[in-house]
Amino acid sequence: MAAAPESSHAGSAGGFVGWIDQRFPLTKLWRSQVSEYYAPKNFNFWYYFGVLSLVVLVNQLVTGIFLTMSYKPSAAEAFSSIEYIMRDLDWGWLIRYMHSTGASAFFIVVYLHMFRALLYGSHRKPRELLWIFGCLIFLLLMAEAFMGYVLPWGNMSFWGAQVIVSLFGSLPVIGGGLVEWIRGDYVIADPTLNRFFALHVAALPIALIFLVIAHLMALHEVGSNNPDGIEIHDQEGPDGHPLDGIPFHPYYTVKDLVGVAGFLLLFCGVIFFAPSFGGLFLESPNFDPANPLQTPPHIAPVWYFTPFYAMLRAVPSFAGTQVWGVIVMGASVVILFFLPWLDRSPVRSIRYRGPIYKIMLGIFVLSFIALGVCGLKPPAGIYPTIGKVCTVLYFAFFLLMPWYTKLDRTKPVPERVTGHA
Amino acid sequence: MDEQVDHSRRRLLTAATVGTGAVGLAFAAAPFLASWQPSERAKALGAPVDVDASKLEVGQMLKVVWRGQPVFVVRRGPATLDILGGHDDQLADPKSDDSTQPAYIKASGAARARNPDYWVGLAVCTHLGCSPLGAFEAHNASQIAGVDLGGSWPGGFYCPCHGSRYDISGRVFKGQPAPKNLTVPSYAISTDAKIVIGVDDAAKSA
Repeated sequence: MAAAPESSHAGSAGGFVGWIDQRFPLTKLWRSQVSEYYAPKNFNFWYYFGVLSLVVLVNQLVTGIFLTMSYKPSAAEAFSSIEYIMRDLDWGWLIRYMHSTGASAFFIVVYLHMFRALLYGSHRKPRELLWIFGCLIFLLLMAEAFMGYVLPWGNMSFWGAQVIVSLFGSLPVIGGGLVEWIRGDYVIADPTLNRFFALHVAALPIALIFLVIAHLMALHEVGSNNPDGIEIHDQEGPDGHPLDGIPFHPYYTVKDLVGVAGFLLLFCGVIFFAPSFGGLFLESPNFDPANPLQTPPHIAPVWYFTPFYAMLRAVPSFAGTQVWGVIVMGASVVILFFLPWLDRSPVRSIRYRGPIYKIMLGIFVLSFIALGVCGLKPPAGIYPTIGKVCTVLYFAFFLLMPWYTKLDRTKPVPERVTGHA
Repeated sequence: MDEQVDHSRRRLLTAATVGTGAVGLAFAAAPFLASWQPSERAKALGAPVDVDASKLEVGQMLKVVWRGQPVFVVRRGPATLDILGGHDDQLADPKSDDSTQPAYIKASGAARARNPDYWVGLAVCTHLGCSPLGAFEAHNASQIAGVDLGGSWPGGFYCPCHGSRYDISGRVFKGQPAPKNLTVPSYAISTDAKIVIGVDDAAKSA
């Protein structure tokens, strides 16, 4: 063979890898995306949660595939097939607890991943699209988790589905027909379970995987942000690589392995010692089969939905319809998409922001947690009032952002990243 | 090959092809969307239901299933019926103007029933579709205990999900999460308390 085709793949290894490189950009991809992808050298603890969400995604895919091998998606058999998995199937309990704990772990790491963006301004220009892909992943993840929660066909599965699907019924004109169309029946029934299964195991995971790829492609196009919120590509060395950048591999692959090990330690602790996590990860009414005639005494969604559920409940019905609560709950998620344009601060990172943003972020986090607690509690006593106040504070963080981020007294931003290294 | 490329012709043909394809795609999507509608089997299961309420004592309640939805049949005594019209000022929709029921139920006023002694209505909260509890039933006491029901509540139905309160005719109180009174389905009732849910006239369905 002539030397010409080889030289067009300069730097490629010979042998087997060379053979592949002439037919598929293996070495090229490895270099551009991993071994010569320069990430800021000052990543801290908060930068674990991206790779951890990837780990949990893989966990959900693998355990989910094995669960479908023993699960029966019909109203008559679903509940007993879960009992079968838990009691009769070898290691079935482990596979199911990995999946159910994985669902909660997914939301923990994703919430912390999103909080990291708020800390260091990772949503700011030029990373708007990266942030929007992330918001879409969050939205799909909520749909995926909701439908997955219906599948065991316990009583909380049934009534949770009843409440959430009824939300669509509050839409004017089309509401009633839309709810019937979603359910495929006059109530939540076998057709509903069956189609939720199809969406949960095929349609939504495929869409999720595509979005995760888009999220990573956007990240590698614009490069990672960092705790100082400055562009490392503004300061490049004579070799064309950023002075404050280090190759993702081996530096961050090794660092991430430590994070993954720490995460797995906690994750396994929950799986083995507290899989229901005091009724937060697996709710006790769901140990009863679905019963359309008996509402559980208190319907609460799983913990990761409770902040949004509390906002739904905080809004009273008005003009003969409860659609307002649904609108507020929808808006609480949709408003996330606009964050890059609401934030007008001249700096990205919390390190150089003024006191107003720090206070607002603190209030936002506290009200989100308080909303989460309210959503778990029955609508009595002090909780409805806390829910209303915190709903206002949640929206105030976003809607007032264009003003307070501009007013805030920011500090000068350094030219190079800071840190101990 | 001719150097001259007619770009406008090329654009027109491309647009026409894409347009036709989009219309075809929309038509092809219709069967998939329609497959989510309730099937013929689900519709057949929506047939009327017969209930014999003659054995109900005053203060007792039956829960039956019609179209897969729970329906309350409550026997009311004179003591309950006497206080029915007394709290209209506390209700969100005392005359059931914004609520769902057949015309003959709306015409019956505060009783919301064809025979005031028997109240029939869907056990589906108009807020988000939970099933309310009969607060007058002793076995529900533990679920309601500890909830602040308001001193002036004359009793009736209480939804444990979000705390909506209804009176014994399923009329919702003001300031509750639920916007409307409980829905009353079409039903027929004979003099010996035989009820057919899902029809207006028992004779016609027979």
